[in-house]
Amino acid sequence: MIPAGFDYRRASTVDEALSLLADGGEDAKLLAGGHSLLPLMKLRLAAPSMLVDIGRLQDLSFVREEGDSVVVGALTRHRDLETSDVLRQHLPLLSHVAGQVGDPQVRHRGTIGGSVAHGDPASDLPAACLALGATFTATGANGTRQIASADFFQGFLETALAPDEILTSITLPKATGAGWSFQKFNRRAQDWAIVGVAAVRGDRPGIGLVNMGSVPLRATAAEEALAGGASESEAAARATEGLDPPGDLNASPEYRVHLAQVLVRRALEEARAA
Amino acid sequence: MSILGNRVLRREDPKFLTTGGVYCDDLEGEGALWATFVRSTMAHARIESLDVDEARSRPGVVAVYTAADLDVGNMPPAMPLLPEGMTRGLLTSDVVRFVGDPVAVILTEERYQGEDAAEAVFVEYDPLPTLVNPEVALESDIHLFPEMGTNIAADLRVPADPGFFDGCEVVVTQKVINQRVAPCPMEPRSGLASWGEDGRLTQYASVQHPQGSRDALCGFYGLTPEQVRVVAPDVGGGFGAKIGLYNEEMLLPWLARRAGRPVRWTETRSESMLTLGHGRGQVQTFTIGGSRDGRIEAYRLEVIQEAGAYPSMGAILPFLTGMMAPGTYTIPKVVTSSVAVVTNTTPTVAYRGAGRPEATAAIERAMDIFAAEVGMDPAEVRRKNLIPKDAFPYTTVAGATYDIGDYEQALDLALSTSGYADLRAEQARLREGNGPIQMGIGVSTYVEITNGAGEAGDFAAVEILPGGKARVYTGSSPHGQGHVTAWSMIASEQLGIPMDDIEVIANDTDLVPTGGGTFGSRSLQSAGVAVHEASVQLVDEARKVAAELLEANPEDVVLDKSGGRFHVAGTPAVGKSWAEVAEGGTDLKVEHSSGPPGPTFPFGSHVAVVEVDTETGKVRLKRLIAVDDAGTILNPLLAEGQRHGGFAQGAAQALLEEVRYDEEGNPVTSNLADYAMISADVLPSFELVSMETPTNYNVLGAKGIGESGTIGSTPAVQSAVVDALAHLGVRHIDMPATPERVWNAIREAR
Amino acid sequence: MKVSVTVNGAAQEHEVEPRLLLVHYIRDVVGLTGTNIGCDTSSCGACTLLVDGESVKSCTMLAAQADGAQITTIEGLAGTEGNMHPMQEAFREKHALQCGYCTPGMVMAAVSLLEENPNPTETEVREGLEGNLCRCTGYHNIVQAVLHAASGAGSVTA
Repeated sequence: MIPAGFDYRRASTVDEALSLLADGGEDAKLLAGGHSLLPLMKLRLAAPSMLVDIGRLQDLSFVREEGDSVVVGALTRHRDLETSDVLRQHLPLLSHVAGQVGDPQVRHRGTIGGSVAHGDPASDLPAACLALGATFTATGANGTRQIASADFFQGFLETALAPDEILTSITLPKATGAGWSFQKFNRRAQDWAIVGVAAVRGDRPGIGLVNMGSVPLRATAAEEALAGGASESEAAARATEGLDPPGDLNASPEYRVHLAQVLVRRALEEARAA
Repeated sequence: MSILGNRVLRREDPKFLTTGGVYCDDLEGEGALWATFVRSTMAHARIESLDVDEARSRPGVVAVYTAADLDVGNMPPAMPLLPEGMTRGLLTSDVVRFVGDPVAVILTEERYQGEDAAEAVFVEYDPLPTLVNPEVALESDIHLFPEMGTNIAADLRVPADPGFFDGCEVVVTQKVINQRVAPCPMEPRSGLASWGEDGRLTQYASVQHPQGSRDALCGFYGLTPEQVRVVAPDVGGGFGAKIGLYNEEMLLPWLARRAGRPVRWTETRSESMLTLGHGRGQVQTFTIGGSRDGRIEAYRLEVIQEAGAYPSMGAILPFLTGMMAPGTYTIPKVVTSSVAVVTNTTPTVAYRGAGRPEATAAIERAMDIFAAEVGMDPAEVRRKNLIPKDAFPYTTVAGATYDIGDYEQALDLALSTSGYADLRAEQARLREGNGPIQMGIGVSTYVEITNGAGEAGDFAAVEILPGGKARVYTGSSPHGQGHVTAWSMIASEQLGIPMDDIEVIANDTDLVPTGGGTFGSRSLQSAGVAVHEASVQLVDEARKVAAELLEANPEDVVLDKSGGRFHVAGTPAVGKSWAEVAEGGTDLKVEHSSGPPGPTFPFGSHVAVVEVDTETGKVRLKRLIAVDDAGTILNPLLAEGQRHGGFAQGAAQALLEEVRYDEEGNPVTSNLADYAMISADVLPSFELVSMETPTNYNVLGAKGIGESGTIGSTPAVQSAVVDALAHLGVRHIDMPATPERVWNAIREAR
Repeated sequence: MKVSVTVNGAAQEHEVEPRLLLVHYIRDVVGLTGTNIGCDTSSCGACTLLVDGESVKSCTMLAAQADGAQITTIEGLAGTEGNMHPMQEAFREKHALQCGYCTPGMVMAAVSLLEENPNPTETEVREGLEGNLCRCTGYHNIVQAVLHAASGAGSVTA
């Protein structure tokens, strides 16, 4: 299977990408690693008229410390997150989750920015970003703006990014020494999570859920319960409050609710022990 | 010293490892047009209109054809007993019967142009009621082929005998689903057809039986065998699903003739998941009766086989299921009642085991459920009913004559290797601890029929080339099994010519016009034996030539196999090499077909150990211990490889894989992201136990080994999952034991 | 558009459609058919090759994205004198292939795996090959081969 035809432009700077994106009009799309977009194009579920390849923007591939935060360039590949010493020290959850995305070949090409901007509720990294309280930096014709992760995911495959904006970096508060856990429940290692839970404890606790709704989610009620002194089991029992998870080939909504509660409990227990 | 029985590395491998094989899609195919099929998106519908005009004007499009353009008949029934009224055309006219039914074909200059043009074919469908469930299809007034007045494609039903279970102290009934699975050879189907100026058809095809494909083409197009050449180049796996040509491949010669150019086609995986035949697909209901001390007296198996939209090989497989229904046991009364029905789904075909795994899955599930009912260890109930080793040849009440076996020893070996008593003790401790992770142990014993379909014998020719090398022609059709290595071992053993000097020719009907193909675990005992026998005869012929050269009586001349030299017995100093004998001017070539007395029956016993997370339902296969006795092993390396692959496919059916449709007949597992084809991370390394009980049906002592692994492992793994939860009151879980299904079973039991 | 790459050490330059997938570029344009296609969904890994030394599924990458890259396919893995790479040797030694269709992709994935983790455990090998499917071998001997190659034993016979 092959994509429908399209125009291809390669950008060497963010400004150039923005201008190409503007020229390309509504049907133009950004191409980073391509591991979210190209599969859709091959199945002809997406047929952009133009691809603006930002894969060569080396200055968007980095992981660096900035005070109490770590800033990750949007074009940093999963493999680079997985092996980053900075992340391993200050955000081991993010590093670990990146190592669970897809398979090694996918991780050699896929980027965190691509994954986040795609906004797939079944993706692992958005849930980790939510749990870690990330802030997304987007650049557009009118300059740069910050978007809190809680406001970023707006609908199924829909984010707060405007069509003429580029996600350039992600800022995450350091969680040095905080306990963490990632529970990915799937059939085979290469598969998307049926349900996933990314949890971090310590000063800024957070619980992100994979594949529990139309967008990547936080388990808000469970977080609140935990903050209010509830036990891990009690908090986990509230992990799915207000959620309406999907039913599909691998799980009914009811089963997803059950799984999420079990996995949140396990994640909290493991994160405490860590 | 004999080379037979040694772990000889494959001669095939260097090519595959350094340049890759040459599969159909790798062929240059100069000047060939690309065929792209436009397929039905509806499971059952009348075609109201079919507009291909716009597609014709798309870039690179040379032609677009629909069924209305065809001047050839329907595909013949896949099996002699199947109804003429349920056959399919090469393209579908009027009514589509499953998602994937081809309604048009597009020829383009380049590979990439076909999909673009396919988007410009517009079909209006008038939906018809859809039948997906075979039980519903059996009773329904809606018929896929209304003129037939039934959805039944093959009927082997036997009325229930009300007194069948009289005298049984315990009678248990269970309905089980032996689900539909996708064979998933890694190479999708591919073909290339061209007509020569002499009117000859050459067709490259990814098939397991080129000679059969040639015969099918001859029959369909009214050609003689001399007018058709079929070549199976390297074939990337078949597993039964690629035995013969499908309608798409049958159409390629017509397209090539119409276009006046070669035509090639390679399906996508998504296409393959819809249209390459599926395997299994039986709804089974068994009733098993016996005494409280574990003696089985009677067993009735009822089967509803899914045939899919157009009955093919799958429709007749319940016959083999019935033949193997009693398994390894001396059950006095066994009856199988089966019926195959058409549904709006992909046709079913042979898939690794083809009817026998279904039989074994049923009887092994029945033994477990019976054991649970009478409160005995499942291994002990089996032991109590096994056919004793002094009973062979043993003719079962189902009509099969098992050649030879020692089922109890196989069971004992499997149990002892697994550390069965320790496993049960560990299981008891885990149950006592009542933690979320519980352990299950599954035991199976099995016997299966190999070389039980098609011609029993097969063809070989062995010839000596100038210079003293040899060439073997085989009617078997290797596609991964290692025949080049195996056949050159066999020939080398008799000829005394080094393996590397023996060329093996297969898969081309011009070079090997006669052949039975590779399926049903038949090759070694049919074609391999033919190579052996032809080699023996060739040595006899060569001895006569050598005798003349040595001026001796042929009876006095012997072949020194260590050096490949003929000499007079007792005077080895004066001899003639194969090269010298070959120079003698006589054509040294023997053609031979083997004639085995019947099929052989490999057997064995598997033990599976699983961990089940009772909170989530997730199953982890921890160990698989396997005794697989296929008689004398020619090359343990190859035999073990066959077993490994079989274990994985068996575990896959037990735990992961299932072809599924929604209620409207839309496939929901139509690619390898949705269909959970088993991967390395969910499997353990396997524990293989050797056991060899030679058959006396052939000189090599060999039985088939291609399918045993699947047949033994599937029920062992399934049984282990149920066993892990037995203490919670779970008695049965259908395959695949997905987490949600396991979780539901636990909830229902609690 | 123009694409320039180095494939197995040889410079290549071609005019291609932007939508041309890397795997079709390698197979149909460059003419190296060792790399196979087994699916449409980046699931099977049959098309795995090395781009700048790392394993990549060439069905999920445009030829355009590879512009300027060093590409290694199965045909380029063996030494110049025809001696097989230790991973190729290990696959042969351990009978880690049957029909051969997944093999080029599997070997390339395995080479990349050991590059990143030279001494993996069995579990790490199994998880490291999560992106490559095989229907023939049950993975048993593939895992053995990768462990064998990692132990260095594979190079003894090279």
